[in-house]
Amino acid sequence: MNNIIYRNLSRFLLLFILQIYIFNNIELLGYLNPYVYILFILLLPLETPQTLLLALAFFMGFSIDYFSNTIGINMAACVLVAYLRPGLIRVLSQKSELDPGMKIGIRDFGFRWFFIYTSVLVIIHHLVLFYLEVFRFNEFFDTLKRSLFSALFTIILIIISQYLFFKPKKQKRGLL
Amino acid sequence: MRYLIAFLWKHSFFFLFVFLECVAFMLMINSQNYQGTVIINSTNQITGSINNISSNIVDYFMLRKSNDKLLEENTFLLNSQKTSFSVSDTGFQYRDSIYRFIGAKVISNSTHKRNNYIMLNRGRKHGIELDMGVISDKGLVGTVIQVSENFCSVMSALHKDSKISARIKKNNQLASVIWNEIDYQHGILKDIPTHLQLFPNDTIISSGNSLIFPEGILIGTVTEYHAEEGKSLNSASIRFASDFNALYYVYIIKNLKRKELLDLKKEVGDE
Repeated sequence: MNNIIYRNLSRFLLLFILQIYIFNNIELLGYLNPYVYILFILLLPLETPQTLLLALAFFMGFSIDYFSNTIGINMAACVLVAYLRPGLIRVLSQKSELDPGMKIGIRDFGFRWFFIYTSVLVIIHHLVLFYLEVFRFNEFFDTLKRSLFSALFTIILIIISQYLFFKPKKQKRGLL
Repeated sequence: MRYLIAFLWKHSFFFLFVFLECVAFMLMINSQNYQGTVIINSTNQITGSINNISSNIVDYFMLRKSNDKLLEENTFLLNSQKTSFSVSDTGFQYRDSIYRFIGAKVISNSTHKRNNYIMLNRGRKHGIELDMGVISDKGLVGTVIQVSENFCSVMSALHKDSKISARIKKNNQLASVIWNEIDYQHGILKDIPTHLQLFPNDTIISSGNSLIFPEGILIGTVTEYHAEEGKSLNSASIRFASDFNALYYVYIIKNLKRKELLDLKKEVGDE
Protein backbone atom coordinates (compact mmCIF):
# COMPACT_ATOMS: atom_id res chain seq x y z
CA MET A 1 0.00 0.00 0.00
CA ASN A 2 2.76 2.36 0.97
CA ASN A 3 4.57 1.38 -2.14
CA ILE A 4 1.65 2.52 -4.26
CA ILE A 5 1.48 5.85 -2.48
CA TYR A 6 5.18 6.47 -2.90
CA ARG A 7 5.12 5.49 -6.52
CA ASN A 8 2.26 7.84 -7.29
CA LEU A 9 3.69 10.61 -5.22
CA SER A 10 7.00 10.44 -7.03
CA ARG A 11 5.19 10.22 -10.34
CA PHE A 12 3.26 13.32 -9.37
CA LEU A 13 6.43 15.23 -8.56
CA LEU A 14 8.31 14.01 -11.60
CA LEU A 15 5.52 14.86 -14.02
CA PHE A 16 4.90 18.16 -12.33
CA ILE A 17 8.53 19.22 -12.65
CA LEU A 18 8.79 17.94 -16.21
CA GLN A 19 5.62 19.78 -17.16
CA ILE A 20 6.55 23.08 -15.58
CA TYR A 21 10.15 23.23 -16.60
CA ILE A 22 10.29 21.36 -19.85
CA PHE A 23 6.97 20.72 -21.53
CA ASN A 24 5.57 24.14 -20.79
CA ASN A 25 8.51 25.59 -22.66
CA ILE A 26 8.12 23.39 -25.67
CA GLU A 27 6.33 24.99 -28.56
CA LEU A 28 6.72 22.63 -31.43
CA LEU A 29 6.10 24.34 -34.76
CA GLY A 30 5.19 27.44 -32.83
CA TYR A 31 1.92 26.28 -31.35
CA LEU A 32 2.02 22.71 -30.09
CA ASN A 33 2.17 22.38 -26.33
CA PRO A 34 2.19 18.90 -24.83
CA TYR A 35 0.52 18.52 -21.45
CA VAL A 36 2.06 15.28 -20.35
CA TYR A 37 1.35 15.80 -16.65
CA ILE A 38 -2.12 14.35 -17.27
CA LEU A 39 -0.39 10.97 -17.29
CA PHE A 40 -0.48 11.17 -13.50
CA ILE A 41 -4.26 11.05 -13.52
CA LEU A 42 -4.33 8.37 -16.20
CA LEU A 43 -2.04 6.06 -14.27
CA LEU A 44 -3.60 6.33 -10.83
CA PRO A 45 -4.43 2.82 -9.55
CA LEU A 46 -7.70 1.28 -10.56
CA GLU A 47 -8.92 0.98 -7.00
CA THR A 48 -8.43 4.68 -6.21
CA PRO A 49 -11.59 5.96 -4.52
CA GLN A 50 -13.50 8.19 -6.85
CA THR A 51 -13.50 11.18 -4.56
CA LEU A 52 -9.77 10.86 -4.01
CA LEU A 53 -9.35 10.72 -7.76
CA LEU A 54 -11.12 14.04 -8.14
CA ALA A 55 -9.20 15.58 -5.28
CA LEU A 56 -5.85 14.49 -6.68
CA ALA A 57 -6.74 15.72 -10.15
CA PHE A 58 -7.82 19.02 -8.68
CA PHE A 59 -4.60 19.31 -6.77
CA MET A 60 -2.50 18.42 -9.82
CA GLY A 61 -4.33 21.00 -11.90
CA PHE A 62 -3.96 23.54 -9.15
CA SER A 63 -0.20 22.97 -8.91
CA ILE A 64 0.27 23.30 -12.63
CA ASP A 65 -1.88 26.41 -12.76
CA TYR A 66 -0.06 27.90 -9.84
CA PHE A 67 3.25 27.66 -11.61
CA SER A 68 2.15 28.60 -15.08
CA ASN A 69 -0.09 31.52 -14.12
CA THR A 70 -3.19 30.08 -15.68
CA ILE A 71 -5.42 29.97 -12.65
CA GLY A 72 -8.29 27.51 -12.96
CA ILE A 73 -7.77 26.28 -16.50
CA ASN A 74 -5.77 23.15 -15.81
CA MET A 75 -7.87 22.51 -12.74
CA ALA A 76 -11.07 22.41 -14.73
CA ALA A 77 -9.60 20.16 -17.40
CA CYS A 78 -8.02 17.79 -14.88
CA VAL A 79 -11.15 17.44 -12.80
CA LEU A 80 -13.15 16.67 -15.90
CA VAL A 81 -10.69 13.99 -16.93
CA ALA A 82 -10.78 12.47 -13.45
CA TYR A 83 -14.56 12.48 -13.56
CA LEU A 84 -14.68 10.73 -16.92
CA ARG A 85 -11.98 8.21 -16.12
CA PRO A 86 -13.96 5.57 -14.17
CA GLY A 87 -16.75 5.58 -16.72
CA LEU A 88 -14.34 5.21 -19.60
CA ILE A 89 -12.58 2.30 -17.93
CA ARG A 90 -15.96 0.61 -17.43
CA VAL A 91 -16.89 1.13 -21.04
CA LEU A 92 -13.57 -0.10 -22.39
CA SER A 93 -13.34 -3.30 -20.40
CA GLN A 94 -15.65 -5.97 -19.18
CA LYS A 95 -16.04 -6.34 -15.46
CA SER A 96 -14.59 -9.83 -15.38
CA GLU A 97 -11.36 -8.73 -16.94
CA LEU A 98 -10.45 -6.20 -14.32
CA ASP A 99 -8.31 -7.89 -11.71
CA PRO A 100 -7.70 -5.80 -8.63
CA GLY A 101 -3.94 -6.06 -9.01
CA MET A 102 -3.79 -4.69 -12.52
CA LYS A 103 -1.89 -1.52 -13.14
CA ILE A 104 -3.05 0.78 -15.85
CA GLY A 105 -0.59 0.71 -18.69
CA ILE A 106 0.40 -1.08 -21.85
CA ARG A 107 1.90 -3.92 -19.82
CA ASP A 108 -1.27 -5.10 -18.18
CA PHE A 109 -3.90 -3.84 -20.57
CA GLY A 110 -2.31 -4.11 -23.96
CA PHE A 111 -1.47 -1.46 -26.46
CA ARG A 112 -4.88 -1.09 -28.02
CA TRP A 113 -6.74 -0.62 -24.76
CA PHE A 114 -4.22 1.84 -23.40
CA PHE A 115 -4.02 3.76 -26.63
CA ILE A 116 -7.76 4.31 -26.81
CA TYR A 117 -7.99 5.10 -23.11
CA THR A 118 -5.17 7.65 -23.37
CA SER A 119 -6.37 9.17 -26.60
CA VAL A 120 -9.92 9.79 -25.41
CA LEU A 121 -8.89 11.40 -22.14
CA VAL A 122 -6.01 13.40 -23.57
CA ILE A 123 -8.10 14.77 -26.40
CA ILE A 124 -10.87 15.79 -24.01
CA HIS A 125 -8.35 17.33 -21.66
CA HIS A 126 -6.64 19.31 -24.39
CA LEU A 127 -9.87 20.50 -25.95
CA VAL A 128 -11.10 21.82 -22.62
CA LEU A 129 -7.74 23.31 -21.81
CA PHE A 130 -7.22 25.11 -25.08
CA TYR A 131 -10.75 26.41 -25.36
CA LEU A 132 -10.73 27.69 -21.80
CA GLU A 133 -7.42 29.32 -22.44
CA VAL A 134 -8.70 31.14 -25.49
CA PHE A 135 -12.08 31.69 -23.82
CA ARG A 136 -13.89 32.57 -26.98
CA PHE A 137 -15.08 30.80 -30.03
CA ASN A 138 -14.21 33.15 -32.84
CA GLU A 139 -10.96 31.32 -33.48
CA PHE A 140 -12.78 28.05 -33.26
CA PHE A 141 -10.97 26.09 -35.93
CA ASP A 142 -7.59 27.45 -35.11
CA THR A 143 -8.00 26.38 -31.50
CA LEU A 144 -9.35 23.03 -32.61
CA LYS A 145 -6.32 22.46 -34.76
CA ARG A 146 -4.00 23.51 -31.98
CA SER A 147 -5.61 21.32 -29.38
CA LEU A 148 -5.86 18.23 -31.57
CA PHE A 149 -2.27 18.41 -32.74
CA SER A 150 -1.06 19.09 -29.23
CA ALA A 151 -3.11 16.14 -28.03
CA LEU A 152 -1.47 13.98 -30.67
CA PHE A 153 1.91 15.15 -29.48
CA THR A 154 1.01 14.37 -25.87
CA ILE A 155 -0.32 10.93 -26.76
CA ILE A 156 2.88 10.09 -28.61
CA LEU A 157 4.96 11.19 -25.63
CA ILE A 158 2.82 9.15 -23.24
CA ILE A 159 3.08 6.04 -25.37
CA ILE A 160 6.84 6.50 -25.64
CA SER A 161 7.06 6.89 -21.88
CA GLN A 162 5.22 3.62 -21.47
CA TYR A 163 7.87 1.83 -23.45
CA LEU A 164 10.66 3.69 -21.70
CA PHE A 165 9.65 2.88 -18.17
CA PHE A 166 7.68 -0.34 -18.37
CA LYS A 167 8.88 -3.30 -20.28
CA PRO A 168 5.84 -4.72 -22.05
CA LYS A 169 5.07 -8.18 -20.71
CA LYS A 170 3.55 -10.86 -22.86
CA GLN A 171 0.84 -9.35 -25.00
CA LYS A 172 -2.50 -9.82 -23.33
CA ARG A 173 -5.60 -10.55 -25.25
CA GLY A 174 -7.11 -7.35 -26.54
CA LEU A 175 -9.54 -6.18 -23.92
CA LEU A 176 -11.90 -4.40 -26.17
CA MET B 1 -33.03 16.33 5.04
CA ARG B 2 -31.84 12.81 5.63
CA TYR B 3 -32.83 11.91 2.12
CA LEU B 4 -31.04 14.88 0.76
CA ILE B 5 -27.83 13.91 2.53
CA ALA B 6 -28.26 10.35 1.43
CA PHE B 7 -28.83 11.53 -2.11
CA LEU B 8 -25.77 13.75 -2.04
CA TRP B 9 -23.73 10.95 -0.53
CA LYS B 10 -24.85 8.51 -3.13
CA HIS B 11 -23.85 10.84 -5.90
CA SER B 12 -20.90 12.31 -4.08
CA PHE B 13 -18.64 11.70 -7.04
CA PHE B 14 -20.78 13.77 -9.34
CA PHE B 15 -21.35 16.57 -6.86
CA LEU B 16 -17.72 16.76 -5.90
CA PHE B 17 -16.96 16.99 -9.59
CA VAL B 18 -19.43 19.81 -10.05
CA PHE B 19 -18.16 21.54 -6.95
CA LEU B 20 -14.52 21.36 -8.02
CA GLU B 21 -15.35 22.54 -11.50
CA CYS B 22 -17.20 25.48 -10.00
CA VAL B 23 -14.18 26.33 -7.88
CA ALA B 24 -11.96 26.14 -10.94
CA PHE B 25 -14.25 28.35 -13.00
CA MET B 26 -14.59 30.85 -10.20
CA LEU B 27 -10.84 31.10 -9.89
CA MET B 28 -10.57 31.41 -13.61
CA ILE B 29 -13.08 34.22 -13.84
CA ASN B 30 -11.63 35.95 -10.82
CA SER B 31 -8.21 35.83 -12.32
CA GLN B 32 -9.47 37.96 -15.20
CA ASN B 33 -10.03 40.97 -12.98
CA TYR B 34 -7.89 42.96 -10.62
CA GLN B 35 -8.10 40.57 -7.71
CA GLY B 36 -7.03 37.79 -9.96
CA THR B 37 -3.90 39.56 -10.95
CA VAL B 38 -3.12 40.10 -7.29
CA ILE B 39 -3.37 36.36 -6.74
CA ILE B 40 -1.11 35.68 -9.67
CA ASN B 41 1.42 38.23 -8.57
CA SER B 42 1.59 36.88 -5.06
CA THR B 43 2.01 33.39 -6.36
CA ASN B 44 4.84 34.69 -8.43
CA GLN B 45 6.61 35.80 -5.33
CA ILE B 46 6.25 32.40 -3.77
CA THR B 47 7.22 30.48 -6.86
CA GLY B 48 9.76 33.06 -7.89
CA SER B 49 12.73 31.57 -6.14
CA ILE B 50 12.11 28.15 -7.62
CA ASN B 51 11.58 29.62 -11.05
CA ASN B 52 14.76 31.57 -10.66
CA ILE B 53 16.76 28.40 -10.19
CA SER B 54 15.20 26.85 -13.25
CA SER B 55 15.71 29.96 -15.32
CA ASN B 56 19.33 29.97 -14.34
CA ILE B 57 19.58 26.55 -15.89
CA VAL B 58 17.38 27.31 -18.87
CA ASP B 59 19.34 30.49 -19.53
CA TYR B 60 22.29 28.41 -20.55
CA PHE B 61 20.33 26.91 -23.36
CA MET B 62 19.15 30.33 -24.46
CA LEU B 63 22.52 31.96 -24.10
CA ARG B 64 23.48 32.03 -27.72
CA LYS B 65 20.15 33.32 -28.86
CA SER B 66 19.94 36.02 -26.23
CA ASN B 67 23.50 37.08 -26.84
CA ASP B 68 22.77 37.56 -30.50
CA LYS B 69 19.77 39.60 -29.56
CA LEU B 70 21.70 41.70 -27.11
CA LEU B 71 24.36 42.35 -29.70
CA GLU B 72 21.71 43.52 -32.09
CA GLU B 73 20.14 45.77 -29.51
CA ASN B 74 23.42 47.23 -28.42
CA THR B 75 24.36 47.97 -31.98
CA PHE B 76 21.11 49.77 -32.42
CA LEU B 77 21.61 51.74 -29.22
CA LEU B 78 25.16 52.69 -30.09
CA ASN B 79 23.96 53.86 -33.47
CA SER B 80 21.39 56.11 -31.91
CA GLN B 81 23.75 57.55 -29.35
CA LYS B 82 24.48 61.24 -29.36
CA THR B 83 28.16 60.81 -30.09
CA SER B 84 27.31 58.99 -33.30
CA PHE B 85 25.85 62.13 -34.76
CA SER B 86 27.47 65.34 -35.75
CA VAL B 87 26.28 68.07 -33.45
CA SER B 88 23.44 69.83 -35.09
CA ASP B 89 23.23 73.54 -35.41
CA THR B 90 20.45 75.10 -33.38
CA GLY B 91 19.17 76.92 -36.44
CA PHE B 92 19.39 74.03 -38.78
CA GLN B 93 18.38 70.79 -37.21
CA TYR B 94 19.27 67.58 -38.83
CA ARG B 95 20.66 64.51 -37.24
CA ASP B 96 23.48 63.26 -39.32
CA SER B 97 25.11 60.08 -38.30
CA ILE B 98 28.91 59.98 -38.34
CA TYR B 99 29.57 56.67 -36.71
CA ARG B 100 27.88 53.44 -37.42
CA PHE B 101 28.35 50.40 -35.17
CA ILE B 102 28.42 46.91 -36.56
CA GLY B 103 28.17 44.01 -34.14
CA ALA B 104 30.65 41.19 -34.61
CA LYS B 105 31.75 38.01 -32.96
CA VAL B 106 35.34 37.14 -32.15
CA ILE B 107 36.40 33.94 -33.86
CA SER B 108 40.01 33.93 -32.85
CA ASN B 109 42.02 35.98 -30.46
CA SER B 110 45.40 36.02 -28.80
CA THR B 111 46.76 38.00 -25.90
CA HIS B 112 50.09 36.41 -25.08
CA LYS B 113 51.98 37.08 -28.31
CA ARG B 114 54.08 40.10 -29.03
CA ASN B 115 51.73 41.22 -31.74
CA ASN B 116 48.20 40.19 -31.12
CA TYR B 117 45.45 39.96 -33.67
CA ILE B 118 41.76 39.36 -33.36
CA MET B 119 39.69 37.77 -36.08
CA LEU B 120 36.05 38.80 -36.43
CA ASN B 121 33.15 37.26 -38.33
CA ARG B 122 32.46 40.37 -40.35
CA GLY B 123 34.04 41.27 -43.65
CA ARG B 124 33.74 43.29 -46.81
CA LYS B 125 30.32 41.83 -47.34
CA HIS B 126 29.17 43.52 -44.17
CA GLY B 127 30.72 46.84 -45.06
CA ILE B 128 33.95 46.49 -43.12
CA GLU B 129 36.91 48.47 -44.40
CA LEU B 130 40.46 49.07 -43.34
CA ASP B 131 41.17 51.29 -40.36
CA MET B 132 37.85 50.88 -38.65
CA GLY B 133 37.83 50.95 -34.90
CA VAL B 134 36.79 47.99 -32.78
CA ILE B 135 35.41 48.28 -29.27
CA SER B 136 33.98 45.87 -26.76
CA ASP B 137 31.21 46.53 -24.30
CA LYS B 138 33.84 47.64 -21.80
CA GLY B 139 36.14 49.73 -23.92
CA LEU B 140 38.48 50.11 -26.82
CA VAL B 141 39.89 47.01 -28.49
CA GLY B 142 41.77 47.77 -31.69
CA THR B 143 41.77 48.65 -35.37
CA VAL B 144 40.85 46.67 -38.46
CA ILE B 145 43.96 46.03 -40.53
CA GLN B 146 42.87 43.40 -42.99
CA VAL B 147 39.54 42.62 -44.59
CA SER B 148 38.45 39.59 -46.56
CA GLU B 149 35.05 38.82 -47.99
CA ASN B 150 33.57 37.41 -44.78
CA PHE B 151 36.11 38.14 -42.08
CA CYS B 152 38.40 40.82 -40.86
CA SER B 153 41.58 40.90 -38.87
CA VAL B 154 41.99 43.41 -36.08
CA MET B 155 45.21 44.69 -34.65
CA SER B 156 44.43 44.68 -30.99
CA ALA B 157 45.78 47.33 -28.67
CA LEU B 158 48.16 44.58 -27.57
CA HIS B 159 50.43 45.15 -30.55
CA LYS B 160 53.75 46.83 -30.73
CA ASP B 161 52.61 49.06 -33.57
CA SER B 162 49.44 50.07 -31.86
CA LYS B 163 49.33 53.69 -30.86
CA ILE B 164 46.01 55.11 -29.86
CA SER B 165 45.27 58.78 -29.64
CA ALA B 166 43.89 59.29 -26.15
CA ARG B 167 42.61 62.00 -23.90
CA ILE B 168 42.79 62.36 -20.16
CA LYS B 169 39.20 62.80 -19.23
CA LYS B 170 39.58 65.16 -16.30
CA ASN B 171 41.49 67.85 -18.18
CA ASN B 172 41.03 66.95 -21.85
CA GLN B 173 44.78 66.75 -22.42
CA LEU B 174 45.92 64.66 -25.35
CA ALA B 175 48.28 61.73 -24.95
CA SER B 176 48.73 58.36 -26.57
CA VAL B 177 48.35 54.81 -25.43
CA ILE B 178 50.67 51.96 -26.32
CA TRP B 179 51.01 48.46 -24.97
CA ASN B 180 53.54 47.62 -22.28
CA GLU B 181 54.25 44.41 -24.24
CA ILE B 182 54.22 42.35 -21.06
CA ASP B 183 50.70 41.46 -20.04
CA TYR B 184 47.32 41.86 -21.63
CA GLN B 185 45.89 43.98 -18.87
CA HIS B 186 48.24 46.91 -18.86
CA GLY B 187 49.35 49.58 -21.26
CA ILE B 188 51.37 52.76 -21.15
CA LEU B 189 50.06 56.24 -21.50
CA LYS B 190 52.85 58.31 -22.92
CA ASP B 191 53.43 61.85 -24.10
CA ILE B 192 51.86 63.37 -21.01
CA PRO B 193 52.83 67.02 -20.57
CA THR B 194 54.98 67.36 -17.44
CA HIS B 195 52.87 70.00 -15.80
CA LEU B 196 50.09 67.49 -15.38
CA GLN B 197 49.70 65.38 -12.32
CA LEU B 198 47.87 62.08 -12.77
CA PHE B 199 46.48 59.90 -10.06
CA PRO B 200 45.46 56.26 -9.97
CA ASN B 201 42.01 55.66 -11.43
CA ASP B 202 42.07 58.72 -13.63
CA THR B 203 40.09 57.85 -16.71
CA ILE B 204 41.66 57.69 -20.16
CA ILE B 205 39.33 57.95 -23.14
CA SER B 206 39.73 58.05 -26.87
CA SER B 207 40.37 61.51 -28.27
CA GLY B 208 38.25 61.41 -31.37
CA ASN B 209 41.14 62.90 -33.36
CA SER B 210 42.06 59.74 -35.18
CA LEU B 211 38.98 59.34 -37.40
CA ILE B 212 38.87 55.78 -36.14
CA PHE B 213 37.17 56.02 -32.80
CA PRO B 214 34.50 58.43 -31.70
CA GLU B 215 35.41 60.63 -28.82
CA GLY B 216 34.94 59.28 -25.32
CA ILE B 217 35.41 55.54 -25.74
CA LEU B 218 36.91 54.23 -22.53
CA ILE B 219 40.47 52.99 -22.92
CA GLY B 220 41.51 52.40 -19.34
CA THR B 221 42.39 53.84 -16.00
CA VAL B 222 45.70 55.01 -14.64
CA THR B 223 47.43 52.69 -12.21
CA GLU B 224 50.74 54.45 -11.71
CA TYR B 225 52.20 57.79 -12.75
CA HIS B 226 55.86 57.97 -13.65
CA ALA B 227 57.31 61.45 -13.38
CA GLU B 228 60.91 61.63 -14.42
CA GLU B 229 63.18 64.59 -13.92
CA GLY B 230 64.55 66.28 -16.99
CA LYS B 231 62.05 64.88 -19.47
CA SER B 232 59.58 66.97 -21.35
CA LEU B 233 56.93 64.29 -21.45
CA ASN B 234 55.97 61.85 -18.75
CA SER B 235 54.33 58.48 -18.92
CA ALA B 236 51.90 56.48 -16.85
CA SER B 237 50.86 52.86 -16.53
CA ILE B 238 47.26 52.21 -17.33
CA ARG B 239 44.97 49.28 -16.95
CA PHE B 240 42.94 48.52 -20.05
CA ALA B 241 39.18 48.68 -19.62
CA SER B 242 38.62 45.85 -22.08
CA ASP B 243 39.35 42.36 -20.93
CA PHE B 244 41.26 41.23 -23.99
CA ASN B 245 41.35 37.67 -22.81
CA ALA B 246 37.57 37.43 -22.62
CA LEU B 247 36.45 39.16 -25.78
CA TYR B 248 33.44 37.58 -27.37
CA TYR B 249 31.16 40.15 -28.87
CA VAL B 250 32.60 43.38 -30.17
CA TYR B 251 31.46 46.32 -32.26
CA ILE B 252 33.16 47.60 -35.34
CA ILE B 253 32.91 51.33 -35.79
CA LYS B 254 32.44 52.73 -39.23
CA ASN B 255 33.21 56.40 -39.68
CA LEU B 256 30.81 57.49 -42.37
CA LYS B 257 32.56 60.80 -42.94
CA ARG B 258 36.01 59.33 -43.07
CA LYS B 259 36.64 60.02 -46.73
CA GLU B 260 35.50 63.60 -46.42
CA LEU B 261 37.67 64.16 -43.37
CA LEU B 262 40.69 62.51 -44.97
CA ASP B 263 40.30 64.62 -48.09
CA LEU B 264 40.10 67.72 -45.99
CA LYS B 265 43.17 66.71 -44.05
CA LYS B 266 45.04 66.07 -47.26
CA GLU B 267 44.14 69.48 -48.60
CA VAL B 268 45.37 71.16 -45.46
CA GLY B 269 48.49 69.04 -45.52
CA ASP B 270 49.22 69.94 -49.17
CA GLU B 271 49.37 73.60 -48.47
